[in-house]
Order: sequence, then structure tokens, then C-alpha cells
Amino acid sequence: MELKKNKRKGPVIFSEYKRGDTIRKSISMSRNDILFELKDSKLRGRGGAGFPLSTKCMLTSAAKSEEKFLVCNADEGEPGTFKDRVLLIEFPELVFDGMVAGGYTIGASKGIVYLRGEYEYLLKPLEDYLEEMRKDNLLGNNILGKEGFDFDIKIFLGSGAYVCGEETALIESLEGHRGEPRNRPPYPINTGFLRRPTAVNNVETLAAVSHIVMKGGAWFAKFGTDKSTGSKLFSVSGDCEKPGVYELPWGTKISELLKLVEAKDTKAVQVGGASGFCIPKSQFSRTLAYEDVSTGGSIMIFREGRDMLQVLKNFMEFFVDESCGQCTPCRMGNIKLLEGVEMIEKGKYTFSYINKLKDLGKTMQLASKCGLGQSSPNPFISILENFNEEIFNRGNGGTNVR
Amino acid sequence: MLVAEKNALSEDIESYVTKYGNDRSALLMILHEIQKKHRHISEFAQQEVARLLNIHPVEVYSVISFFAFLNSNPKGRNLVRVCQTISCDLQGKTAVLKAIERELGIKVGETTKDNKFTLEYANCLGLCDMGPAMAINDQVFLKLTPEKAVELLSKVN
Repeated sequence: MELKKNKRKGPVIFSEYKRGDTIRKSISMSRNDILFELKDSKLRGRGGAGFPLSTKCMLTSAAKSEEKFLVCNADEGEPGTFKDRVLLIEFPELVFDGMVAGGYTIGASKGIVYLRGEYEYLLKPLEDYLEEMRKDNLLGNNILGKEGFDFDIKIFLGSGAYVCGEETALIESLEGHRGEPRNRPPYPINTGFLRRPTAVNNVETLAAVSHIVMKGGAWFAKFGTDKSTGSKLFSVSGDCEKPGVYELPWGTKISELLKLVEAKDTKAVQVGGASGFCIPKSQFSRTLAYEDVSTGGSIMIFREGRDMLQVLKNFMEFFVDESCGQCTPCRMGNIKLLEGVEMIEKGKYTFSYINKLKDLGKTMQLASKCGLGQSSPNPFISILENFNEEIFNRGNGGTNVR
Repeated sequence: MLVAEKNALSEDIESYVTKYGNDRSALLMILHEIQKKHRHISEFAQQEVARLLNIHPVEVYSVISFFAFLNSNPKGRNLVRVCQTISCDLQGKTAVLKAIERELGIKVGETTKDNKFTLEYANCLGLCDMGPAMAINDQVFLKLTPEKAVELLSKVN
């Protein structure tokens, strides 16, 4: 496996960039100026939660500590998401330069890339790339002659746990513990890795930082919508002619995206991965944006003829597998929801029980400790609601076979 | 386990501790290295790691049992993991998996008698645009057909 020189073109993330530019420019700026650029850009976290980056950076920057950390969350485990893989293979300069600039801004001297175990084949090429940066003094002590600015990046390999994409679980596993999410507060911005202030950011967020420092927050905010600025990388898979990673401005309609990737006879689109929502045909005019259909970028397309109950079963099996088991709503809830799906599959269910399961799903959304259990009922609720006709008319048999 | 093997394993572990440090935060990277070389982390290895990191062995075991890629029981010489997540499923993972099961004569979760292969499911390998995908050890293979998958396995030593 080798890193590839990028050939992609796009408006923001995939626009022109030269290695080291952001580092050079950021050390000529004051930390506050960079914070203001980030604020102007209105960039929100690209992992899916959408927390404003400038707020996170300001809080970490203001936290008082002799040591701070910047973590790049490359534990891309959400089913249907692979944009971070593409960024790391084709645009490592954007991600690493963004980390150095971020480290400078918040006053961190150590950066950690949490690379998911499934991407182990990227470890060696990325480490070689970091070594090149060290040779050019883009990493190390007194970077590019800036007195007192030390920053280095190390790569930490995950070991196959979806929940470690959650920032506190990620930090737990960095510390050598089971990847079980922590209670929040305290938040990582003041009590993170080794109890030090830690900013955990998605790969794509850091790549965006590189462009914002170079071209300004106002430039970035020109793209997208008022509340969702900039562009987004969408990982498109499923029933279409051209799956892959696409950069599109926020505010793109689902129908426009389907046209672009040449999807035909589409019945449903799962937006946001297994933990996202299933959008039926009637809602394809909705827009991809934080204010409408929010997503970390996973788009899975299902054509007519796909069995949505089997799709749901696949998702629920995934969550049963990946729940860390720490809190009861998630550990037990997902098992119960999967059992419900299997009851429907076998035709042995009552509506009163299925409705109880929907209520259980809502309880899980409220009572689970972390994002996993809070979002795992989403597909259960949205698929049963949007495809009830298909799902509850299964097994009619006789002259009704479809 | 022979004394010579134990000594060799201890030496390995000591070198990993030298490389990553004896802080608790080095634990996962150390376990990763042991797993990679020995394909499992034996009880003896767990005790050695615990001793060098100055933690209780059960702490080491609790971490191993949490992560899908770490295991305390030996597996086959080659680990085959077929992605079971929805995008690969849509692209025909079931046929690929069945072909592998037929060819190796085992079901998911089992190891062949000659100890050459262990077959497992993987959750989303992040190759959804090029599925069905599988990993053989740390290499990934894309756009599989049942035939291609079996052919790939026949090339593995």
C-alpha cells in the first residue's frame, strides 16, 4: 500500500494545496487570529455530531495545563463511511498540516492520530510521511524556526472497536483501558488524555482547517448554507453506478446526489450510516445539511427490490456486536430491537409489542451513555416508520406474493 | 510451552516495552505487536506484559477481551475476515462467504483442521465502494466474486 498523489478536484477540501503552506502561514499569525478565522468559517465537526470547531479550540486553548493534546480521530467505523481513508491516502498533507496548525492554535505539543485497526495497511506509509515532515522541520522542535513551537505526531493503532470513535472511549483506549465511554462532563477539552486538555477532531475537520488558515474563514463560509458552511465529503456506496467519495457543498439535495452517482430505481437512502436515518423516496427533495438531514457523510443507496427488513437486521446485528456493554439501555436495548426484527421476519409478532419496542428505542435515545446507544435506535424507528407497508405486508403468500 | 519459547516471548515483550515505554498508555500498542507476531496473546504473555507495566494481569486480559482484533486463544495461521456490513452485503458478500465456507470446509468462527485458516466476520472494513471486501491477515482484497475469493485463498501459504 502506498500513498497516492491526489488527482481529485473539488471546491473546498479538494482544492489546490501545497504541503507545509498552512504551517508556514499559521506560525506567522497569532493564536487568536487563527481562532477568529475558525470562528468566521463556522466550521462544525465533520465526524457527525457537528460541534462548532472554534468553540472547541477556544476552550482547549483557554484551558490551563502544562501539556495539551490534539487527537485526530481516524477511527472511521461507521458502516458506509470511507472518506477518511481517501483523505489519508491521497491528502495526508491536509490532515497533518491541519494538525500542526491546530496544535499551534490550542498550545498543544503532541498530536496523536487514532488510526482504526482495519486501516493497518496505512500505518507504514503514513509513518514514512511523518518522517519526511520531520526531515523538513514541519514537525519537531522549533518548527520552521519558530522559537518555542514544538509539535510532533504519533500514530496509534486501534483494535477493531466501533465505539472507540466516541471521543471519550477513544481516550480510554489511548490510555490502555477498555474502550468504554466516560461520563461527561468533564469533557476532554479540559480533562482528556492523561487528564490533560485534549481536542479530538475528525480527519476531515482537520483537513478543512488547513484550507481555512490559508484562504480565510470568510472564504470557507461562502460555500454551503448559512448554518452549514463549507463542503462535505460524502462516502457513497450501495446501488449506484459510481460509488466513491464526493465533495459537495452542504445544502445539496438528496435527489441531486443520486443523479450525480447515477443511481436508478432508488427506493431508500440511508444517510449517516447504520446510526443514521433511512430516507424514503418521497423525501428525496430534502437537503443534506446540519439543519435538515445531518450526517457524517455516509450515504447508502437501496434500489427497488431490496428487502428493507434485512437491511434493518444487518444494522441491528452490527449494534449488538459493537455495543460496549457498559450501560444497560444500549447493551440490552439493541438485543431486544434485534429480536423484534427477527420476530417480524418470522411473522411472529404483535403490533402492541412492536410499538413497545419503538418506545424502548426512544428510551435508549435518552438514557444511553454515549452516542452509540443514543443513535442505534434511529434505523429501527425510521425504517419501520417509512417502510411499514413493505415490512408488515411480508409473507402474505398465495396470490399476494410480490 | 517450552522454556526456550517462553524466553523468546519474554524478550520480544521486553523489546516492545522498550520501544513504546512502560506507561499504561503503551499497553494497546504492545498488545498489538504481540498479536501480530504470535497471532494471539497467551496467558504467559499477559502476565509478562502486566509485570513490565506494573499492572494486574486481569487488567491486561480485560483489555484483550474488549477488542475484536486481540485474542487470548490461538487462531489459525491466517485470519480471513469477510466484511458483513450492509454495503458489502448488497454487493454479494453472502455468495462469497458461502464459497469460502464450502472450499475450506468450515463455518464462520471456525478454524480449519490443518490450522491454516480461521474464518471470521468483520464489521465494516471501510471499503464500501469496492465491495465485497475481505481481509487476509493485514492485507485487504476488493470487488470479490466467489471464484476470486477462493483463488486468493489458494495462494496463501
